[in-house]
Amino acid sequence: MNIIVCIKQVPDTTEVKIDPSTGRLIREGVPSIINPEDKNALEEALKIKEEYSSKIIVLTMGPSQAEDALREALAMGADEAILLSDIKFAGSDTWATANALAGAIKTIGKYDLILCGRQAIDGDTAQVGPQVAEALGIPQITYAQKIELKNNKAVVERELEDGYEIIESNLPALITCTQNLNEPRYLSLKGIDKSFEKNITKWTAKDAGINENLVGIKVSPTMVKKTFSPNAKGQGVILKGSIKEMASELIEKLKEKEFIKQYG
Amino acid sequence: MAKVKLKEEYPGFSLTLNGIILNKGDDFTDIEQSFELDQAINNDYVEIFKEETKGKKAEVVEGNEVWVFAEQRNGKISRVVFELLGKAHELAGKLNVKVGALLLCERANGLQDELLSYGAHKVYLVENALLKDYRTDLYTKVISDLIKNENPQIVIYGATNIGRDLAPRIAQRITTGLTADCTGLDIDEDGLLLQTRPAFGGNIMAQIKCPKHKPQMSTVRPGTFKINKIKDDKGEVVKVKVSLTDPITKIIDIIKSKKKKANLEDAQIIVSGGRGLGNKENFRMIEELASLIGAEIGASRAVVDSGWIAKDHQVGQTGKTVRPKVYIACGISGAIQHRAGMQNSEIIIAINKDPNAMIFSLADYGIVADVKQFIPALIAELKKQ
Repeated sequence: MNIIVCIKQVPDTTEVKIDPSTGRLIREGVPSIINPEDKNALEEALKIKEEYSSKIIVLTMGPSQAEDALREALAMGADEAILLSDIKFAGSDTWATANALAGAIKTIGKYDLILCGRQAIDGDTAQVGPQVAEALGIPQITYAQKIELKNNKAVVERELEDGYEIIESNLPALITCTQNLNEPRYLSLKGIDKSFEKNITKWTAKDAGINENLVGIKVSPTMVKKTFSPNAKGQGVILKGSIKEMASELIEKLKEKEFIKQYG
Repeated sequence: MAKVKLKEEYPGFSLTLNGIILNKGDDFTDIEQSFELDQAINNDYVEIFKEETKGKKAEVVEGNEVWVFAEQRNGKISRVVFELLGKAHELAGKLNVKVGALLLCERANGLQDELLSYGAHKVYLVENALLKDYRTDLYTKVISDLIKNENPQIVIYGATNIGRDLAPRIAQRITTGLTADCTGLDIDEDGLLLQTRPAFGGNIMAQIKCPKHKPQMSTVRPGTFKINKIKDDKGEVVKVKVSLTDPITKIIDIIKSKKKKANLEDAQIIVSGGRGLGNKENFRMIEELASLIGAEIGASRAVVDSGWIAKDHQVGQTGKTVRPKVYIACGISGAIQHRAGMQNSEIIIAINKDPNAMIFSLADYGIVADVKQFIPALIAELKKQ
């Protein structure tokens, strides 16, 4: 079984702070991590490997420091790692990113299963997984909360808003993984030691045989026009007085507006 | 001098410009040119009145339509579809084109009329037994083919577990852009779709365009836009015939969750708790207050991550988007990631002991107090009355 796990190195957006005087994002000092749900994808691959003899290849696209994420994935137990890194990829939107990843996957050649995180915490789009599947022309199952492999088929529980559906697919297939799928393992010292014996392959667009007309900022269909911090000016009323006074004033205000009349 | 009014998407109740208070829902008001006005325009808080929109209404032209994917489950249209139709109707009005709804199902059984009464001018109806339940490959094929034949300029999908599976697949197949989880949609001066969404984990907002490819496509989270009943008497149903082969994947079963999930999207009042409550035991205060005033329970990401309450209560960029009449934020600091999910609430009440907490910038009523003391006092007062 050949399993490709697509991962992304992301800023830990839960650690981002806002400068209270300017309302701007403070990007400095924000640690880089493997996107959490990509770790669930890797953990699932490792669990499959425990049952079926498998080779796990982790694939990422990013700047050279994304090597740290790959090194961590190798330490968790992945067998091989590929870093797609090229200035030509810069500014790719999800469409162009999917073209790059799919191009590299075609060059890797033999695969039975592609696992991705459902979405990355910096963009939260959940688009790249399905777009890679489409670019490769293989079935996709998104929002996986349970994966079983049987007779060269994947049987997957796919989360829905009000329950889940069980979907069976032939392989190869691409599955996007949620945090409910498993608990990613911690790194062991032995794993970290072993990771340095493994090689990280670095590919440019050309090395990976990627069509350069399908990647990068110039051909990306979407463009960011601007970003801004929605620091709305407060126009509200700050209540005064003791806690008890404020509590009864609040109830009065809500009754005035008839919001809690039926309950008051 | 400019005539402006507050946008529906503005994250607050009112805004003061040059000393004049603009309330949400007010009509256009004259405001002198000023730095404050420029800033409000730049931040996309206000809509500017354009003369040409006042004069005689331009003819609605055929083609170049604005489409909404009319997601159905079990023969019932998802609520988000009606929210999207209202928005699509507004966008189509600015472009003088029609709104089309795409309905894929086994049998429509009157669903097409529902779509026509919430803003659709046209329903593209594809009836086929294989389209009864959502299937990635079949839905992608049918919709991609329809898009290629009819050339709509905009297609909007609900950012549901179905919409977020389907829309990227279509975008890749037909080579166009897709913007996920938009919180605002508008038409810019060039007639392009201006898509606003939280970025960087919901810490900033980004405006995104798709200038060179058609259609421009977005997904929108449920609860983002208001539902409007808009009856179009000349509504039209276009039946589309398709020939399909069996889907490549097989649904073995669809299982409904037995546990009742929190229904925050429909709630009139939400009491939401954050890290300021200190611990899981104190979070029970939120539950008591909520049951006392008939509210649903919300929570910040931090407390969900800490396991104080289940994920289906989470409000924010990675949780739910809500727009209740009253949102009571208890011990929530108000990171943009949280605000993205609740800023469209009608009245926001914030309780936080830090007077500089970001949440106060959204609040209509602010209470600077330790939430652990204030909520018991509020509960006691409510019980007294």
